[in-house]
Amino acid sequence: MSDNKKVVVYVRLKDGVLDPQGVTIHKALIQMGYTDFVSVRSGRFFELEIDDSAGDIDRKIDEVCSKLLANPVIEKYVVEKA
Amino acid sequence: MKVGVVTFPGSNCDYDSYTAVKHILREEVEFLWHKSTDLAGSDLVVLPGGFAYGDYLRAGAIARFSPIMEEVIKFAYSGGMVIGICNGFQVLTECGMLPGALMRNHHLRFSCRFVYLRVEDNTGRFTNACGKHQVLKIPIAHGEGNYFYHDDEVRELEENGQVAFRYVDRTGKVTDEANPNGSLNNIAGIVNCEGNVLGMMPHPERAVESIIGSVDGLKVFESVRAACVQVAGTGGK
Repeated sequence: MSDNKKVVVYVRLKDGVLDPQGVTIHKALIQMGYTDFVSVRSGRFFELEIDDSAGDIDRKIDEVCSKLLANPVIEKYVVEKA
Repeated sequence: MKVGVVTFPGSNCDYDSYTAVKHILREEVEFLWHKSTDLAGSDLVVLPGGFAYGDYLRAGAIARFSPIMEEVIKFAYSGGMVIGICNGFQVLTECGMLPGALMRNHHLRFSCRFVYLRVEDNTGRFTNACGKHQVLKIPIAHGEGNYFYHDDEVRELEENGQVAFRYVDRTGKVTDEANPNGSLNNIAGIVNCEGNVLGMMPHPERAVESIIGSVDGLKVFESVRAACVQVAGTGGK
């Protein structure tokens, strides 16, 4: 019905930043017998629905990601257009 | 000295800070609601511990956009003193007033206990009442206090003398065992370049009476009071 724009933002820790959650999940996998799993990195994603009638949407998405959804000190993000 | 304690939805150490200032230090103190844009003439603003906005997204990430924060940032840029304790420290790093980030504790557990801190520089506005390398006994209570910053930047922080407190054992030695959360270089608290903004994970406001286990936290508040007197004495702001 609506022609709102939909994007998915994936936020993950930068390479080299320790991910204790990922490490713990990995340890659990090993314990479960999945010894062929070499590493786990955790992250999160956001589904955004945007009314793009005002335009300039790419810049706004980028701003939202860097100001709020990700902490640029430790995280990076990828925007995927649906 | 007049102290303003910010209350965000989800703050839970605001009353501890208020009580420490009013009843132990016997100084003027007022709560500052997060929607307010008036710092009520405070000499020191405290961003207290807790779980502002439920710690949704990341600890401190939403709180930094509260109306009051714009005023706190202006206040700090004009030289005003700000302390962020625990969740308050997370707010300060999220809004860029202090460098680095606070990540999940390396063991993933919430840690609530007394720790020992070494005062790294006792000439600053928040530490002048402490002895050189004095060891303070102050409690922590956090799940995300693992201080992280990139190598080069941490080196700069260390060289600038911006590390205010480090986790140590009771004799003052920096050890891995004394580090409760995996913080880089055992960092427990840092100040900004100008030295007027302090962020620390341990709770000095919870160590102000011997009946609750320690009075060492008072040193931080006494230091600020001395700094206020000094500023008033020189006629500065």
